[in-house]
Order: sequence, then structure tokens, then C-alpha cells
Amino acid sequence: MRALLPLAWASAWNRRGTLALVVLSIALAAFLLLTLERVRADVRGNFTDAVSGTDLVVGARTGAVQLMLYSVFRIGGATNNIGMASVEALAKHRAVAWVVPISLGDSHRGFPVMGTTPDYFARFLYGDRQPLRFAAGGPFADDLDGLYGAVLGGTVAERLGYRLGDRLVLAHGTGALAENDHADKPFTVVGVLAPTGTPVDRTVHIGLKGLEAIHLDWQGGAPLKGLAIPAEQARKFDLTPKQVTAALVGLKTRSAVFAVQRDIAGYAGEPLMAVLPGVALDELWQVVGTGERALLGVSALVGIVSLAGLVATVLAGLNERRRELAVLRAVGAAPRHMLWLLLAEGAIVTVLGVVLGALASVLLVFAVGPWVLSTYGVPLRLAAPTAS
Amino acid sequence: MIELTDVRFGYGSGGDCLDIAELRVAAGEAVFLHGPSGCGKSTLLSLMAGVLVARSGSVRVAGEDWTRLAGARRDAFRADHVGYLFQQFNLLPYLSAVDNVLLGCRFSRRREMRAAARDGSTAASAERLLERVGIAAPARARPARGLSVGQQQRVAAARALVGQPEVLIADEPTSALDAAVRDGFVDLLLAECRAAGGTLVFVSHDRQLPQRFDRVLSLPSINRAAAAVAA
Repeated sequence: MRALLPLAWASAWNRRGTLALVVLSIALAAFLLLTLERVRADVRGNFTDAVSGTDLVVGARTGAVQLMLYSVFRIGGATNNIGMASVEALAKHRAVAWVVPISLGDSHRGFPVMGTTPDYFARFLYGDRQPLRFAAGGPFADDLDGLYGAVLGGTVAERLGYRLGDRLVLAHGTGALAENDHADKPFTVVGVLAPTGTPVDRTVHIGLKGLEAIHLDWQGGAPLKGLAIPAEQARKFDLTPKQVTAALVGLKTRSAVFAVQRDIAGYAGEPLMAVLPGVALDELWQVVGTGERALLGVSALVGIVSLAGLVATVLAGLNERRRELAVLRAVGAAPRHMLWLLLAEGAIVTVLGVVLGALASVLLVFAVGPWVLSTYGVPLRLAAPTAS
Repeated sequence: MIELTDVRFGYGSGGDCLDIAELRVAAGEAVFLHGPSGCGKSTLLSLMAGVLVARSGSVRVAGEDWTRLAGARRDAFRADHVGYLFQQFNLLPYLSAVDNVLLGCRFSRRREMRAAARDGSTAASAERLLERVGIAAPARARPARGLSVGQQQRVAAARALVGQPEVLIADEPTSALDAAVRDGFVDLLLAECRAAGGTLVFVSHDRQLPQRFDRVLSLPSINRAAAAVAA
């Protein structure tokens, strides 16, 4: 049978024009299937990788999905803040190991600004419990020296071309109104984080006290007329925040998570809620997952269509190959040899197509991966497709 | 070498189109078989080559009865013992002349070994036969589609002869050739067949050829089915 392989190859080479088209269509199908699958898996992975190592996310009472959206993905806004007193009370709970408050609302050239404590950089984990890493510099100090220090996510620094020591001005809210900015109190870049492929990349981190300082002379979302407090003078005020948007909570033992969740829901000081990030992410993914299933359906259809094309071409080719098969029959080839020749050709064409498609997929991921990471925050990985 | 005894054959569920009481071809004999178109010449050759199987009676080639062999064994036996020549389109157009000749050994271990034993290697055997049928060296390596019809038939003859099969069956191999080329081809085929000691059954409706053969047979005269239709 092996002696037939050169013959199958010579015969296929003789009809290379037609077969090249079949190879191309299979390559295209394989390419689409593999790339879609890759993107799908990576988007999902990126989604569930957004936060890990945090046992509970605490915020004002709202939907679990909404709390995740604004606290982890920086999408939408909080309807209510929580009092700093509640956060402090939470930190004293005997099952709680650490609490990192976060405060959202301002932006810088389209990127969200998040106020937090330096603890955040040590406590926050993503992906497979990976810690944040600094590509340059380090966290801002918790005291007055670090008041106007900012740590940039990888994407922010790359896209806006900021380096250590550069100054940046934060905008109030989304920055839609030009006069609504904090030009009087510019921040200095003290650290740049390495890319993580999570919303952290798109975030400007500043201290909670800095966030408080730039809002000293503001009230009700607008600067107070006739009252301007210069940056240096702001240091003399009490800059302890009264309110934050949410808090990330780590527990001493994970098994206590439901008890703590109940305690937070029953907190007497103000209405609070706590969600388990994993559970909320799954819930959120179910909403987004419909699109994922549609993509999968389309890729399956593409595969079926190109396979049907292969079968049609082989069958149509049989007719024009009748003479060739008659010659082979005359020199003693048995029907099983004929079958083997046809199968070998189908296999050659399919393998070539799949290899080409896979190669194209790998090349594409390789070529546009960095761009996708910086534009959409999705890290495309070179990996074999999985069944999940 | 070839023995047909009380052979009946018909296509599908139709009546018999061949009914031959007895036909014997001795080893090394060259037989010319003629008859008008549609009298069953090609059918008879297919029976001899084991491509078709008789409804009754026996068709023995080289001591083996085709009717007693199962499909796969028939294919293997044909590859080992029978060389076959068509009217035209004998070659795979995308293979070189040498590779086309080697096709004759590809499905038969026996012919492969005989060719190698005769000339050292199968490739050498193919080259020698092509030399003998007058295909010049440069033309041997080129794809067969570039050869003239006459050259193609000579390459096909070389393929039918490679590995010295006992029986050579030629189904009007000269019908696509003009007179001058045709005579040369038949002489060549006969000479090569005799040199290899093969038995030749040559079918044609061309009345000019017979004098070169050992024996001339008219198919209608031995086919009782045709006589019944005629009567």
C-alpha cells in the first residue's frame, strides 16, 4: 500500500489546480474554527482571570452582576457609595484577613481612575493567583509624600506614552466637560504595572487621599466658585476619605465565606452586600455566553460546509478520473487499492488544509496578539483548542 | 496456456452473448482474433483477463480457473500473469514513460522480482524495454501526455511486457494508429512477445494484419450465441 503513496501524490499534483481550491477552503475553515475557538477561550479566560484571591467584593446594595461590572471591570457606575466606617468595621471582623477599599468615578483621557491604598498592589491577584508586577517604579506612598503619585496600568502607559516622572491631569467623571478637570492638582507617575490582560491594565491608580485632595474644593460634582485650594495647601486638610465605592475582602479561611457574607448583609450601620467573585463572574458569563454559543455554532457550520465541499470535489473528480482508474485496474490494482488512493488523496488534502489553516491561525495570533491585548485587553494565547 | 471450456457469458440479466464450446491457446502462441464490431471480442478478452467472470464453464489461464478465484485473488493473479493493452489511453498522462512501464510491476511482487532478476532492477528493465520499443532516452523521463499516440502505444506495450507475464492481451491496440506506424508496432509487439516467451491474444477488425500471427480465429465462427442470433 505504501507504494501507492507516490502515485496518489503524482495524481493529485496532476489536478493541483482544483485540489488547491479544496485545500484553500479547508484551510479557511480550519483557520476560522481554530481562531474563533482561540478567541472564545481567551475571552472567557480573560473574563474569569479578571480577579482571583479575593474572597468577597463588598459594595452598596445592588445586583451582584452590577457590583462586579463596576468594581472589577470598571463598566458603569455605582448608584451608592459605602461609608469608610463600614469598611473599618469590616476590617475588624475576626474572619477577615485584609480589606482594600476602592473608589471610582474620575477618569483620565478615557481611562478610569481608581483610588485605593498601596495595599492593593500586594493583595490584588488575577489569573491563576498571580500578583501584580511593576514594570517600572513602585506603588505610591501612603503618606503625604505619595499624595499626588499615580500608578498606571500597562495599557494606559503604553497608549498615552507616559513614563516615570510624567505629569497627568485627572478629569472629573468621564471628562466630557473640558472645565471639569483637576488641572490645579496634577499627578506624577510613580509606577507602571506590567500587562496583565485584565481591566487593571486600563486603570490609573491613585491613593484614596489624593482622590480626596482633588475634590476638597468641589461640591455636588462641580468646583466651588471662588474657592480654590492649591495643591500644596491641600496637604494641611484632613484627607481621610468618608466614603468609598467598594471594598475587596480577603478571608483568613475560605470556609468562612458564607458566614461573613451573611454578617455583611446584616450589617446594622448601612445596607451592604457582599458577592463571591467566582459566582458573580459565572452569572455574568451566562449573560455574555449567548454570543459565545452563536460563535461556536457559526464555526461548526463553516467546518461542515467545507467538508461538504471536499466530498463534492472528490466525487466530481471520480468521473473525470474514470480512465485513470481503468488503467490502474488493467495493471492489476484491486478495488481496495482504488479506495486507498481516493482516501489517501482526501487525507493529503485535508491534512494540508488543516496544517495551513492552523499555521495561518498561529501567525495571526502572533501578529495581532499584542494589538488585541492593548486595544481590547484580551491576551490571545498560542495554545491548542480545548473541549471547554 | 489459455483454455476456455463451455463458457457462457451475458451482461446483467440479459441472454448469453458469448457461448464458446472450446478455445485453446498454447504457451508462446500468437493468436489473431477478429470479428465485426459488437460481436463480443472485448467481452472475450475481459473473460480471459479475469475482469469479467463466466456464468458457466471454465476459463483457465496459466493453470488457474478464473471462475474459482475470489475477487481479491483474481486481481492479484491478473497483476502477476496478464499484461493488458487498450485501444488508447493506456497511460497515466502525468507519469513519465518509465513510471508508466513500472506500473506493470507495482501491483505484482512476482513481476517485480522477474524484472529485477532479468535486468538487475525494475527501473533498468523498464529502460531496456523502452529502448527496445524505440522510445529515446529524453522522452522516457517526460510526462506521458507529451508523447504521440504511436509512442504511447509502444510505452503501453513495454508496460504489458515488463516482468514477463505469461499472457499478453491486446484489445485493438492499433486502431488509433495510421498504417505505417501500425505495421511497425505489430511487428515490434510480436517480436518482443516471442523474445519474452509470452502468449499473445490480439484482437482487431483490421484484415491486413493476420499473416504475421501463428493462428487466426474468427470469433463469430466459434461463438454459438452469435450463431443462434444469426439463425
